[in-house]
Amino acid sequence: MMTLIKGGMVIDPGNITGMFDILVKDKKIYKVIDPGDKTDFLKSEVQVIDASGMVVVPGLIDMHVHLREPGQEYKETIRTGCMAAAAGGFTAVCPMPNTEPVNDNRQITEYIIKKAGIEDAPRVYPVAAISMGLKGKDFCEYGELKDSGAIALSDDGNPVSNSNFMRRAMEYAKGFGLLIISHCEDLSLAAQGVMNEGHVATRMGLEGIPNAAESIMVMRDIALSELTGAYLHIAHVSTTESVNAVRQAKQRGALVTAETAPHYFTLTHEAVKGYNTNAKMNPPLRSAADREAVRQGLADGTIDVIATDHAPHSSIEKEVEFDKAANGIIGLETSLPLGLKLVKDGVLALPELIEKMSLNPAKILGVKRGIKAELPADITIIDTRKNFTVDAKKFKSKSRNTPFDGWKLHGKAVLTMVEGTVIFNEPISKRPLSPDLCVRKKF
Amino acid sequence: MKFKRKNILDMESLSVDEIFMILDTARQMKDISARSVKKVPTLRGKTVVLFFHEPSTRTRTSFDIAAKRLSADSISLSAGSSSLLKGESLIDTAKNLESMNPDVIVVRHSSSGAPHMLAEFLNASVINAGDGMHAHPTQSLLDLMTVREHRAEIAGLRIAIIGDIAHSRVARSNITGFVKIGADVVLAGPPTMIPSGIETLGASVADNVDEAVEKSDVIMMLRIQKEREKNILFSTEREYSNVYGLTKKRLKHCKKDVLIMHPGPVNRGVEISPEVMDGPYSIILDQVTNGVAVRMALFYLVSGGVQNDDAD
Repeated sequence: MMTLIKGGMVIDPGNITGMFDILVKDKKIYKVIDPGDKTDFLKSEVQVIDASGMVVVPGLIDMHVHLREPGQEYKETIRTGCMAAAAGGFTAVCPMPNTEPVNDNRQITEYIIKKAGIEDAPRVYPVAAISMGLKGKDFCEYGELKDSGAIALSDDGNPVSNSNFMRRAMEYAKGFGLLIISHCEDLSLAAQGVMNEGHVATRMGLEGIPNAAESIMVMRDIALSELTGAYLHIAHVSTTESVNAVRQAKQRGALVTAETAPHYFTLTHEAVKGYNTNAKMNPPLRSAADREAVRQGLADGTIDVIATDHAPHSSIEKEVEFDKAANGIIGLETSLPLGLKLVKDGVLALPELIEKMSLNPAKILGVKRGIKAELPADITIIDTRKNFTVDAKKFKSKSRNTPFDGWKLHGKAVLTMVEGTVIFNEPISKRPLSPDLCVRKKF
Repeated sequence: MKFKRKNILDMESLSVDEIFMILDTARQMKDISARSVKKVPTLRGKTVVLFFHEPSTRTRTSFDIAAKRLSADSISLSAGSSSLLKGESLIDTAKNLESMNPDVIVVRHSSSGAPHMLAEFLNASVINAGDGMHAHPTQSLLDLMTVREHRAEIAGLRIAIIGDIAHSRVARSNITGFVKIGADVVLAGPPTMIPSGIETLGASVADNVDEAVEKSDVIMMLRIQKEREKNILFSTEREYSNVYGLTKKRLKHCKKDVLIMHPGPVNRGVEISPEVMDGPYSIILDQVTNGVAVRMALFYLVSGGVQNDDAD
């Protein structure tokens, strides 16, 4: 059985861009076909996906999510998180290790991968812990973890405070060729803070978290990366100073990459007004100047990746006093539309957005992505013109904690394919120019 | 004029007209407290719940007396005695309270924004009796009332607020309240206690205490919260008192008719010296008296009361 993705605008930056058909066979891209090519490749039956009017891109990757399983299945399961990812156009996700128990050993890593593979789903590349129990005291068995399928290491929301421990972790991880992803936060400086420090926090009577709580650790970890020669990826950059530090480090040739999340290039701390717990996350939403710096960082290539930090929480954690509410928002089902908004706003060209949501995370994680013969058929089809209103009640995710509910957005994924299998497919019947994307007919 | 506001959550949401209506009503209510029989039947049959999730003696007593002088039934609930201790969420506790049909719920809570959240979920009127570091509107209203008793007009006055602005809901509400009515508010304190962006509330920040208190018509000293151990804000009480305290010596450079205020409870000898506190300029105890009047006025108004010249 073969599948032909026909009539779409293929955007695979650095490889090909233009009108091509894609023939998929045996889980792989078999051939990329110039529409002018009249060669009759096949006699057998082919499933045709009509992608006319659509944009066809290498499968999107979200390298920073929380799937909550094992341990907090009431917020999200691997299954619901994967369905949300597929609906958002993602062909792969990297769940962080702060599950219960913590993913600091082979059993948990294997459990996550096995659970994800039961049904058709995006690929799940678990990120394992740097330290046992995320306590910053003892290394996990990095070799075991890598062998069982862990793709990178991070203590994420429980960042390593001890600089010597971080140094040694970088060195030890380097020996296994494992990437360290750092959630940069000086916990003593963030102190009791619950939102960005500034006039909004002051007016609301909430303890603030200064920008420096993030940038100090960004600078420390860059220094440690330069000291050890270890590769470093900085998670969810939110401040001007962090963007500047990464930019300067890259100019020096440091082995550092960085990501930001859609909320940091879309919202500011003003979104917290009214004590909106769905605008509470860590790092916090910052000032308009910081949002601008993040956008600038995306535009000039300082920030390589857009990742969601998808963090499901139930009403138990969110319908409480603001200072007691859990940090984090879900993002899988709004990330691409908010990214496309950046394109609309002129911050990024569409190919640059695809780099940040697919090719760059692939490079950083060391996985293959592209519209090229022999590569795995992980493909996302995007309707860039589809207008829709975000309705959290209809999310595939188990949780509803998004500040974007009710937003009118333009453009979204309409088909997600992993290894040649369609794992998400949204009919677009109301658009006469683009008939249903999944039509069976003879080639 | 009818008072239409259901909840009293902060000074920011009150209009100038509403503030004056509350102050005018409070002035009438004050007379009730001066009688030998300090009770009117105005709110007979109404139920007021005093839901105090944070320790308080003065404010809770003041609300309690205010309710009783208007013949409302008041019930006190503190964190220690409520099911919040047993792990019930704030919203669930409030919904349970509401099921017993109270008319007004007075909330004191350590989390900023908690009364706002409750107001969204409840049908009863919510009066904020202090939330975290955010707001303490009844304190601000009683302070406005007290200044108004001593000065013909608040507009144009210069109000100095000295001390831990960062952690003070009284400071925030008073900055907003006094600025709204046209006063100038100037702040001073150690830089550790001046939060970033406070000037967006309309106050200015002085370089030092002397600069702030000189030429001011009112000096409001804030309590140093000794119990705040998690924050590193100043060295010793001795140094604080020397540099930031209001002493007799410092008072010599102030206006001859300056008014000295303090929201209490006072750390005698720390932010304010005993001679100043008990001295002729101090109107600290007037503040306490007016607290009852302001809270009576609020109960009356949120219960649908009409401003009326012979309301008593």
